[in-house]
Amino acid sequence: MSTLSHIVHTVAQQAGEATADADAAKNTAAASGAGMAYGLAAIGPGIGIGYLVGQAVQAMARQPESAGQVQTTMFLGIAFTEALALIGFVVFILLKFV
Amino acid sequence: MFAAVEFPPIENIVEWPNWFGSGALGFNKIAFMSFLAFLLPVLLFLIASSKYKARLVPRGVQTVVESTVDFVEKQIILPTIGPDGMGYLPLLLSMFVFIFIGNIFEVIPTAHMPANARMANPMLLALLTYVVFIGAGLKHNGPKYFVQALFPPGVPKALYILVTPIELISTFAVRPFSLAVRLFANMLAGHILLITFSVLTISLVGGGILAIISPFSFFMLTAFTGFEIMVAFLQAYIFTLLTGVYIGGAIHPAH
Repeated sequence: MSTLSHIVHTVAQQAGEATADADAAKNTAAASGAGMAYGLAAIGPGIGIGYLVGQAVQAMARQPESAGQVQTTMFLGIAFTEALALIGFVVFILLKFV
Repeated sequence: MFAAVEFPPIENIVEWPNWFGSGALGFNKIAFMSFLAFLLPVLLFLIASSKYKARLVPRGVQTVVESTVDFVEKQIILPTIGPDGMGYLPLLLSMFVFIFIGNIFEVIPTAHMPANARMANPMLLALLTYVVFIGAGLKHNGPKYFVQALFPPGVPKALYILVTPIELISTFAVRPFSLAVRLFANMLAGHILLITFSVLTISLVGGGILAIISPFSFFMLTAFTGFEIMVAFLQAYIFTLLTGVYIGGAIHPAH
């Protein structure tokens, strides 16, 4: 009888360890996934904003009188481009902390 | 080796205990800051307008208020809606000031938390924008507004299979979402950035030989505080500018 309870106890303990292992593995996967998500999401908008501001500076240097209009449009473009990186950041928060 | 300062869990840096009330009606620091962001401009604008008749040359608080109104008129309404959009000045002005004061609490000592880093504020503002720009479209163009928004003129007929679903999603589904997420994520990211460098500085100070590096970390903290002041202004500007663009697009659907 005691052997049986011992076996049951061992099996239960192993099952508990297995769930703990699964949780740890899930946390590891979530953490690395979160890092990857933000890193990858930052590449495109980084290139995009660099290109956008560079072109805006070029436009302002060529036609200083239209600088105000170019600036407004530039901020609009930055806002739209940046949204992708920010969604990546939100995904990072969701994966890492929630 | 390191002092026992660890990065706080996410609940500790964005959630605040209720002062009174509970559940969805709980009144905590965020709600208090939101009320301040609403009361402070009202007071400032009342003080400034009470002195407007007495002296035409602005002074003190009147200068700040007048340049704010001028900024919203010249930099936000004229480029996006045009001269016929001056009727939207009260909405856009209060939106700009509310968002800016809510954001600037991020760098004010003892507050150190932007009111817009909780999703409730940006979401409500984005829904307000959504209702206003659809309402403006309906008011100026009637029910034809939806037809013009979904079937933009000058597009070959066969392309409407592609264009109409894209316009439907981008105009009526994604707009409020991206507006809200932009403001919320920017403020939350700035908040977490400042916390990271504060925690790093404190840890390095108590970290034995590593204390030599702590001035660099402190310098970064100071620099990012300046950067966050700029972000607070820029996000208020961008949110209001995009509201203006959406209203302008709804009033003049031709371009």
